[in-house]
Amino acid sequence: MAGPRPELEAWQDPSAAPLVEIRNVTKTFGEHYAVDDVSLSIYPGEFFSLLGASGCGKTTLLRVLAGFEKPDKGSVLIGGHDVTGLPPYSRPVNMMFQSYALFPHLSVADNIAFGLRQDRVPRAEINDRVADMLRLVKLEGYGGRKPDQLSGGQRQRVALARALVKQPQLLLLDEPLGALDRKLREHTQFELVNLQQRLGITFIMVTHDQEEAMTMSTRMAVMNEGRIRQVGTPSEIYEHPNNRFVAGFIGAVNQFEGRVVDQQGDTLTVHSDDAGAELRVRAQHDVIPGTPLAVVVRPEKVRIFAEPPPPCDNGLTGTVEEIAYLGDVSIYHLRIAGGALVEAQLTNRARRGAAPLSWGDQAWVCWNADDAVALLE
Amino acid sequence: MPSPFSSKGVTRLGQALRRRLRLGQGAVAGIPLLWLTLFFGLPFLIIARISLSEVVIGLPPYSDLLSWAEEGALQLRLNFANYMLLWQDSLYFDAFTNSLRIAATATLACLLIGYPMALGITRARENLRIPLLMLVILPFWTSFLIRIYAWIGILKGNGLINNFLLWLGVIDEPLALLHTDFAVYLGIVYAYLPFMVLPLYATLSRMDASLLEAAADLGCRPVCAFWRVTVPLSMPGIVAGSLLVFVPAVGEFVIPDLLGGPDSLMIGKVLWTEFFNNRDWPVAASVAVALLALLVVPVLLFERSREKEQDA
Repeated sequence: MAGPRPELEAWQDPSAAPLVEIRNVTKTFGEHYAVDDVSLSIYPGEFFSLLGASGCGKTTLLRVLAGFEKPDKGSVLIGGHDVTGLPPYSRPVNMMFQSYALFPHLSVADNIAFGLRQDRVPRAEINDRVADMLRLVKLEGYGGRKPDQLSGGQRQRVALARALVKQPQLLLLDEPLGALDRKLREHTQFELVNLQQRLGITFIMVTHDQEEAMTMSTRMAVMNEGRIRQVGTPSEIYEHPNNRFVAGFIGAVNQFEGRVVDQQGDTLTVHSDDAGAELRVRAQHDVIPGTPLAVVVRPEKVRIFAEPPPPCDNGLTGTVEEIAYLGDVSIYHLRIAGGALVEAQLTNRARRGAAPLSWGDQAWVCWNADDAVALLE
Repeated sequence: MPSPFSSKGVTRLGQALRRRLRLGQGAVAGIPLLWLTLFFGLPFLIIARISLSEVVIGLPPYSDLLSWAEEGALQLRLNFANYMLLWQDSLYFDAFTNSLRIAATATLACLLIGYPMALGITRARENLRIPLLMLVILPFWTSFLIRIYAWIGILKGNGLINNFLLWLGVIDEPLALLHTDFAVYLGIVYAYLPFMVLPLYATLSRMDASLLEAAADLGCRPVCAFWRVTVPLSMPGIVAGSLLVFVPAVGEFVIPDLLGGPDSLMIGKVLWTEFFNNRDWPVAASVAVALLALLVVPVLLFERSREKEQDA
């Protein structure tokens, strides 16, 4: 063999068996399609996020996996077994609820032991496993407290311990960090990822917070109106969104609508009235001239100059309309000839060296064809 | 002269307002207190006083506690014979235990019938909940006495049930339904069921539905979730409902009198007989005091459990 085989992630390996298979699942509430023909495979050991605005169907999809909702159409397989008709109590799955749903009449230890008692685990083993869990979530000594004697962060950890103690194949997390304040949330993100890697349990998390999804997940699915719009690793989704919705939903973006006028090799030339110019962008597929598409470029890929820059793939000029100083970066809004607003981001380290720009100044922006994405959808 | 709008005037105005407010708060708490003193405290003292006197033929039909002995000394004569009688005469003792037994059984029956009702209303479609609750409360719009009389019409020898069963041919001669212990139980359960259903509904409807999902998620079937989550969390409602049924049922007079037989002996009926038939006010008064003492115990227990719940 010539050298080591490049390591494939589970979702790239055609021989890997998925842990969770969602096949054409549709769930309606009355006339409303909460989940609309969704198919998805999730592999063992993944930290998978379902990302979307509220009402996009992500929570319904999670509840279908947990067994709280029966899909109208389609099927759900976990570990190769069809669980579509199985009630929640027969599934090898545990869920951490957004409200935590801790039993208020039971102590922390009894909350964690609830599922084990149900399975008739011997008392001594229950005590050991509860103690292990309390240690894992750093709540030793809190076993005797009632949930309402705990802080929000502590309750969140009890909910996590209760869901993990049965060692499920799959853990479902519904906005697990939603109720925590910002500082605690960032800290908990890393703790949760560490825990997931240590235990090797597959996590599926629902969140509306794109930063959270980007930091924590191995892969994520962006959902809108009951449909999955794109599945991929955080960097794939950010760098190569494959439709306008995903591009606009994740991060800030400059978007120019236009029509293809020419294709040279893998470079497309697009005429955009928005930009008032011809734009060059790398094409993923061959495109017939005349096809409408959107050219999308992230603000941090757009360089800004106070003087005409050396020639580049895409150069535009306009007047500075807005400057925002955000500490680590500065954001410039440039009104260009076509009437569109271009956002450029400059790290403040780079800004210090560059010629100063002020409100109303003329400025030039420039980006590479490789840094922009052409979106047909 | 300070105008009322100067800072000094404003503070003085504020103080006056605050004083008025404190006075108002006092009044709000004072009105029920005054009410209780006038219409519960004083009558109770009168009853307690009568219970310690002797029966006499006259008006009023009981002796004075205070009398002038020789040499102008004031003499206090307390007569505990009435209480001794309650303890010694098995009639009263039996009536008490009988009342407690009937009330406890009826409370249990109310709980067994009322709990599924309350749970059913909680889980019903949202637009059905209020109409269903209305149906529970609706009987209150008719006089209690009339509703109990209606049961006589249903249960009596040629009443609705017997006529229906005779017409069906299930029975050859009318069943003795009226004037039995069964009729008393039926009457109490019927009359007090709403007092069980309403507090149960109040606690059950406040319960977070995701707790049941969490139980299911942790491997609990619906029956298990009911016993391990729903029942423990509805304990305050169970206790409140049981007391609301038990306490008035112990002293119930109308139902055993109208629906019960000669041997359905309940303390409320004994009380009535002592007052109005035997005209033995002191014994009747001592029965009332003993009954009150008996019922204060469960109420205190209830208060304790409520305080414990609030502490937790």
